[in-house]
Amino acid sequence: MATLEANRTVEAVWRIESARVIAGLTRMVHDVGLAEELAQDALVAALEQWPESGVPDNPGAWLMAIAKRRAIDQFRRRDTLERKVVELGRDLETQEAPNAEPDFDAIDSNIGDNLLRLVFISCHPVLSTEARVALTLRLLGGLTTEEVARAFLTPEPTIAQRIVRAKKTLAKKKVPFEVPNAAELGERLASVCEVVYLVFNEGYSATGGEDWMRPALCEDAMRLGRMLAELVPAEREVHGLVALMEIQASRARARLGPDKQPVLLFDQDRSRWDQLLIRRGLAALARAERLPGEPGPYELQAAIAACHARARTPEETDWARIAARYARLVQLLPSPVVELNRAVALSMAFGPAMGLEIVDRLTAEPSLKTYHLLPSVRGDLLAKLDRHAEASEEFTRAAELTRNEAERSLLLDRAKESADRAGSL
Amino acid sequence: MRFMVMVKHLENDPNMPEPDEEMFASMARYNEELVKAGVLLAGEGLHPSDQGALVTFRDGVPTVTDGPFAEGKELVGGYWLLEVKSREEVLEWVKRIPADAAVTSRVEVRQVLSDDD
Repeated sequence: MATLEANRTVEAVWRIESARVIAGLTRMVHDVGLAEELAQDALVAALEQWPESGVPDNPGAWLMAIAKRRAIDQFRRRDTLERKVVELGRDLETQEAPNAEPDFDAIDSNIGDNLLRLVFISCHPVLSTEARVALTLRLLGGLTTEEVARAFLTPEPTIAQRIVRAKKTLAKKKVPFEVPNAAELGERLASVCEVVYLVFNEGYSATGGEDWMRPALCEDAMRLGRMLAELVPAEREVHGLVALMEIQASRARARLGPDKQPVLLFDQDRSRWDQLLIRRGLAALARAERLPGEPGPYELQAAIAACHARARTPEETDWARIAARYARLVQLLPSPVVELNRAVALSMAFGPAMGLEIVDRLTAEPSLKTYHLLPSVRGDLLAKLDRHAEASEEFTRAAELTRNEAERSLLLDRAKESADRAGSL
Repeated sequence: MRFMVMVKHLENDPNMPEPDEEMFASMARYNEELVKAGVLLAGEGLHPSDQGALVTFRDGVPTVTDGPFAEGKELVGGYWLLEVKSREEVLEWVKRIPADAAVTSRVEVRQVLSDDD
């Protein structure tokens, strides 16, 4: 194999196998940091040997075997050293208790179980969100430190440090390598979903033409989400998360105009929506809905996205259904922005007056004081109710608040239009 | 990156064994691995060509020929659509397709065009 091709092949195998190898090693040595180092050693060995010998038939087993051998060697040396220390320092009482003994016979028991434990430990709440993201992408996504750094527009040494510190924290706090018990599972799973969705959003918000690593983050996130759905298939929210990502991603090709400016959902060319991803998203949503329990925030957002995805034109949108989902969502996530979205949906379903009632209440909301969409929506509803003078004022205020040039000029146009209609009454 | 992976074989190949329980089971396991890895977007098996049709366009005029239409020719028996980071990655996955040792089959791997292409 030519060297460049060989390296890329090894990288590809690493992407396929590394999470399982690291998970299995962690089960053996009880230390994520050490497990990753051992796995990296195996990677180096692969880079050295496979160009000559070819990729082995079972690359995962090969990597695991090498890493395990290193681990055994290391512990033998440590034991020898410790015995020497004990012999030399028999009088010293200050010897620390050794780390939990590694279990080299921990049969690659349940690969899925080990992977799941790795997911939970990488997303452990004792770590900062940034640390969880970096660690998860590294250990489960198989990304290199450099790839993580590029994807998040952060210098590589910063990410490297972040990962080192995360591993140290996990070791120091003796975070156990286990799946949380039933009582904690919901909360811990929410933390995992948060990490995955954060990665997705980072990629989703990256505009085209930039480093391709960034939009590729969406694919990384979706892959992690899909993996998670198979690891915890009984959890509604995970399928909800996958559904939400697939459906949002389905719009990727329609979201940017020729000038790379974002295009609003209602102005998007729906023929550019990826029907395969929509179909997959709807299937994931159906899977969630078949499970016991109540829908969580991801599933509700996915259900809303699904309503849009099913509408072949904006006119066919099932607004009543969207409004109902927002009503449930706002109970789980009592945010004024969610309430504003609910108002829009209500007005589309049942007329502007219904929406205005809610929006009027929201004008008192301190967190929305500089949120341009509030006056923008209020203006729209007032205009629909023929209250054009008031509408014009709202559009003007919205234009002042928005930082987007294209949007500002659109809002000013509407302000003028409303002012004209008010003047002509 | 998305890749189309098409398994091709000679239709009515005398060397092709009847698919048995074990073949189905190992194919099911392989598909499960693709799903668990999060790389499978779609995948289906196709009916043999005797139920299919061939539509030929000549001078803009289509002519329909009912199957079978593949005497001695290779046909696509099934496909996968995979989402991976590189050409090397899809090839690693394709190498893992369970294959009957007695049979020679060919798998065509083609990258799907994207907007950036």
